[in-house]
Amino acid sequence: MRKFLSNITTQRSGFIAFCFIVLLALTAVLVGYVPSLDPRNMGSDALQPPSLQYLMGTDDLGRSVLAGVLYGIRVSLTVGFFAAVVATVLGVLIGAVSGFYGGWLDTFIMRVAEFFQVVPSFILAAVIVAMSGPGLVQIVLIVGLLAWPQVARVMRGEVMRVKRLEFVDAVRCMGISEHKVLFGEVIPNSVAPVLAVGTLIVGQAILLEASLSFLGLTSAELISWGRMLNSGQRMLFNAWWLSFFPGIAIFLAVLAFNLFGDAVGAIFSPRNRR
Amino acid sequence: MRAYILSRLGWGALIVLCILVLNFLIVHLVPGDPLHALLGDFPVPPDYVAKMRADFGLDKPIFAQLLLYLRHLFEGNLGFSFANRMPVLDLILARLGPTLLLMLPALFMAAVLGVVLGVAAAPRAGSATDSALTAVSLFGYSVPIFWLGQMLVIVFAIRLGWLPVQGMRDMRANAQGFHAFLDVAWHLLLPCLSVMIFYIAVVARVARASVIEALHNDYVLTAKAKGLSKRYILWHHVLPNAMIPVVTVIGYNFGQSLTGAILVETVFAWPGMGNLFITSIANRDYPVLQGIFLITAVSVVVINLLTDILYAVLDPRVRANT
Repeated sequence: MRKFLSNITTQRSGFIAFCFIVLLALTAVLVGYVPSLDPRNMGSDALQPPSLQYLMGTDDLGRSVLAGVLYGIRVSLTVGFFAAVVATVLGVLIGAVSGFYGGWLDTFIMRVAEFFQVVPSFILAAVIVAMSGPGLVQIVLIVGLLAWPQVARVMRGEVMRVKRLEFVDAVRCMGISEHKVLFGEVIPNSVAPVLAVGTLIVGQAILLEASLSFLGLTSAELISWGRMLNSGQRMLFNAWWLSFFPGIAIFLAVLAFNLFGDAVGAIFSPRNRR
Repeated sequence: MRAYILSRLGWGALIVLCILVLNFLIVHLVPGDPLHALLGDFPVPPDYVAKMRADFGLDKPIFAQLLLYLRHLFEGNLGFSFANRMPVLDLILARLGPTLLLMLPALFMAAVLGVVLGVAAAPRAGSATDSALTAVSLFGYSVPIFWLGQMLVIVFAIRLGWLPVQGMRDMRANAQGFHAFLDVAWHLLLPCLSVMIFYIAVVARVARASVIEALHNDYVLTAKAKGLSKRYILWHHVLPNAMIPVVTVIGYNFGQSLTGAILVETVFAWPGMGNLFITSIANRDYPVLQGIFLITAVSVVVINLLTDILYAVLDPRVRANT
C-alpha cells in the first residue's frame, strides 16, 4: 500500500512537471506575439525593483526582466531539447550495437563511454566553446557528445535483456539477417527505458548552457537566463531581482525535467511492467 | 588483487594518454590557425611567434607535432601565458591551494551530512526524514549552484551583513596566525555551502539506496535474531556494508565538485583556479584554459583510480572476483 502511494506521488509530480514543461513550450512560442513584451526595448526606468508595472523589475538599461525571462525560455528549451536528441540518438545506436554484438566491440565501446564519463565535461565544454567561438550549435553538439554514454549504458543493458527473449529467436527462424533483427526488432523493443535518461539530459543541458552563459561564453546578442545572471552578478549590491528571477526560472525548468524524467523512468521500470 | 590494481593502473594511464591527445587535438580542430590557439588573442612580438612556431614544430607533420607536444608535457612545460608573462604550470599551481581549500572541506562536510541524512531516512520510507531527503536531493540536482551562491550573498552578506561578500580574507584586517585562519574560515562559509548542496544530494541518495539494500541481507536477520537493537544493527552491521557505494560515489563525483568550485569562485571572487579560468576566458588566453583542463582531467582520473583501488580494498568480493 505504501509503495502504491509513493508510486502515485511520483506520477502526480511527474504530471505537474509535464504540464509545466508544456506551459514553458507554449510561452516560448507565443511570447513573440505580445508586442509589449520586448526584451531588448530600453525604457526610461532603469533598475526599478519589481512593481505592478514591472513585475520582475528592470535592469540597468531599463529593459524588462520579465520579458527577458520569458524570451530566455527559447534558448534553454532549444538547447536542452536538441542536445538530448543528439545524445539519445548516439547513445541508442552505440549502446544497441554494443549490447547486441558483444565481444571485443562491446568492451571497446564501454571503455570509450567510460572515458567520456571521466573527463570533466563542463571544463572541456567551456574550453572548446571559448576557443571555437560562441554558438548554440556548438553547445548542442558538445552536450550531445558528452552525454551519450549515459544513454548507451541503459540501452546496452536493455538490448542484452531483449535479445535473449523468445520472439527474437522466432524472428531469426524466419531467416532475417542479424542487422535487421537488431534494427527492426530489438531496438524498437528496447528504447522505452532510454526515454527517461533522455529527459534527464534535457535538464543537464539546460544547466550546462546556463553555466556557460553565466561565464560569458555565449553570444551577448542572445537573451538567455545564464546571460542575465552574468549581468546580475555585477549588480548584486543594487538589484537582487536581476539575479533572482532568471535563476528561479533555470531551477524550475531543470526541476521539471528531472521530475518528469523520474516519472517516465518509474513508468518504464521493469518492476512496474511485470 | 595485484592483478586488479595493475589493470586499473594500466587503464588509468591509457585514459591520461587519451586526455593528452584530446588536448592536443583541440588546438588543431578549432577553426583558424593553430598558432592562434597556442598564443591566445594577446598581442605578442613577431619573433615570439616565430619561436613558438619552431617550438611546436608547426611546419612538421601532425604526428611529429603530437610527439613534440607530449615531450613538452613530460618536461613539465604546459605552455606559456603571454597575458600573465608566466609559465602556465606555475600559474595554475599558484591557484590550486585556494581551490582545494574551498573544495575539500565542502566535500568532507557534504559526505558526512549526506551519509547521516541517507541513513536516517532509509529505514523509514515515506517518513518526514525521507521526504526531507527527497526534497534536498531534488533541490541539489536542479539548482544552478552559482545562482545559489548569488542568493546566499544577497541574503547573508548584503542584506543581513553577517558574512563577507567576496574574497578569501579581509584586506584591511591583515590578520596573523590563528586570526588569519578564522578570517579565511569566515570567508569560506558561503562558497562552501554553495558547493556542498549538489554533493549532499548525490551522497544522500546513494547512501539511502545502499542502506535499504543492505537491510535486506541475511546477516541483518541473524543480528535481529540475536536480539540486537535496531540502532546497533544499523550502525554496526548495515552501515559498514553500505558505505562502499558511498565511497565510490564520492570519488567519482570529484570532477563535478571541481566544476562546481570553478563556478562558485566566480560569484565569490575566490582567488582559485576558477577565477584564473574566467580571466583567461576574458583574455582569450588559450594555453591557460587548456592547462586547466589538463590538470583537472588528470586529477579526476587519478582520484577515480584511487577510488577503484579503495573499493577493492574495502570489498572482499571485488578482490575475490579478479
